[in-house]
Amino acid sequence: MKNLIKEFTKGIIRENPTFVLVLGLCPTLAVSVSVANGIGMGIAATFVLLGSSLIVSLVRDFIPDKIRIPCYIVIIATFVTITELCMKAYSPVLDRSLGIYVPLIVVNCIVLGRAEAFACKNNLASSFYDGLGMGVGFTLALILISAIREFLGSGQILGHTLFKGFEPVFVFGMPSGALLVIGLLLGFFNLLKNRKT
Amino acid sequence: MKNNLIVSGSPHIHKQESISRIMWTVVLSIIPAGIAGIIIFGLDALWVTLAAVIAALLTEALFEIWTKKKITVMDGSAVITGILLAYNLPSNVPLWLPVVGAVFSIAIGKQVFGGLGQNIFNPALVGRVFLMASWPKYMTTFVKPLSYDAVTSATPLAVLKEGKILEHISYLDLFLGKRGGCIGEVCILALLIGAAILLYKGYISWHIPATYILTTAVFTYIFGAKQLFHGDWLFHILNGGLILGAFFMATDYVATPLTAKGQIIFGIGCGLLTAIIRLWGGYPEGASYAILMMNAATPFIDRYTKNRIYGTK
Repeated sequence: MKNLIKEFTKGIIRENPTFVLVLGLCPTLAVSVSVANGIGMGIAATFVLLGSSLIVSLVRDFIPDKIRIPCYIVIIATFVTITELCMKAYSPVLDRSLGIYVPLIVVNCIVLGRAEAFACKNNLASSFYDGLGMGVGFTLALILISAIREFLGSGQILGHTLFKGFEPVFVFGMPSGALLVIGLLLGFFNLLKNRKT
Repeated sequence: MKNNLIVSGSPHIHKQESISRIMWTVVLSIIPAGIAGIIIFGLDALWVTLAAVIAALLTEALFEIWTKKKITVMDGSAVITGILLAYNLPSNVPLWLPVVGAVFSIAIGKQVFGGLGQNIFNPALVGRVFLMASWPKYMTTFVKPLSYDAVTSATPLAVLKEGKILEHISYLDLFLGKRGGCIGEVCILALLIGAAILLYKGYISWHIPATYILTTAVFTYIFGAKQLFHGDWLFHILNGGLILGAFFMATDYVATPLTAKGQIIFGIGCGLLTAIIRLWGGYPEGASYAILMMNAATPFIDRYTKNRIYGTK
């Protein structure tokens, strides 16, 4: 059990997919304009991660080595399609604001990376906790980035204005702002890591 | 008797030049343009410049204390960044704007790369472009020259971009700076005085400014009007930040190519990009973007314009 907790927590800080593994930056850059988008994207990716990790771990002994990547893609694409259709049905607003980035979870390197690096070598329980941890880590990173960007770029958090008289820094709502925020946060977390060692 | 036979290691020829001496000379040489700006736009221009300089110095000092590096506040480079940033702002901006810009210039444009000599972009332009993208409202309303109150006016280039008919400003007025614009860019005469000091001292070479201005002139002459070869090239040279950029920002030692050949390529690139942005781009003025883009290309230019080492093939 202790092992499983470790598999879960490593995704949040020690091997955070965004700030330590630096995977899946494309959706991170694109959807982190607002906290609502960040949470939506994070939950969608977590669901796909969980599902694909489970299935890949279950069928890991039956997949021939040579065609494993196409097999993973088929499994991942199934879960992405489920996510996309559910999102379209139950929260069309979120679906519209995330746009193409929901179907693009298929090629998100966090999902494929966990399938290739972890789920295909480990048993069901560890893969489940690994996928969950990575998903939560990704979601937290997205919330952090999008909170900074939404606050600076439009003066709001989740649509609520915090301070009156704050003049929004438009650049943080633009792609260049995403690169700036992620770059500075990466530098900051590296600094913390280096201080510790 | 003085002993002239001293045995020592190379270098044998010493000059009094040092980084801080050069930097302070550059500061001195851009002051005329600032004085002209204050005369044209009133004391507001002075406050904006002072705010930017003080913020730049404080940021540099605090960042270097925080990262436990040598404090280089007195070498003059932060002062230049502050002044150049302020020269790129309208005089009627709220005072927090130059402060935010200067903090961004020094912290993000310079210190995160490792301080003076490491930055890949011109810090002042990084600050300007950040402000331009963040608060375009403040960055594009200009005060009418010599009116000393809140009468706003567009820059001639902005009027041209909107396709309106230009009220005629004589070339002499443009040369002396009687037009709407940023604090330091309007008075071409004062800028040329400063540039002459730097060229005379040998602190900048002619390669970048000459090729930059010439390319812009030729390009706007050819494509600047509906008919080919009828463009008003003199108007394009005297307007916008071209002269300020060409002499004081495209010649930044750190972010520009090392060899003469590389500098000529750099100048031509800046000129082309400036003219293209002005004629067909979304912004009325493109000098700052042109210089930043060529800054990004500098390592690439440097790689292909290495001087042949004597005795090798």
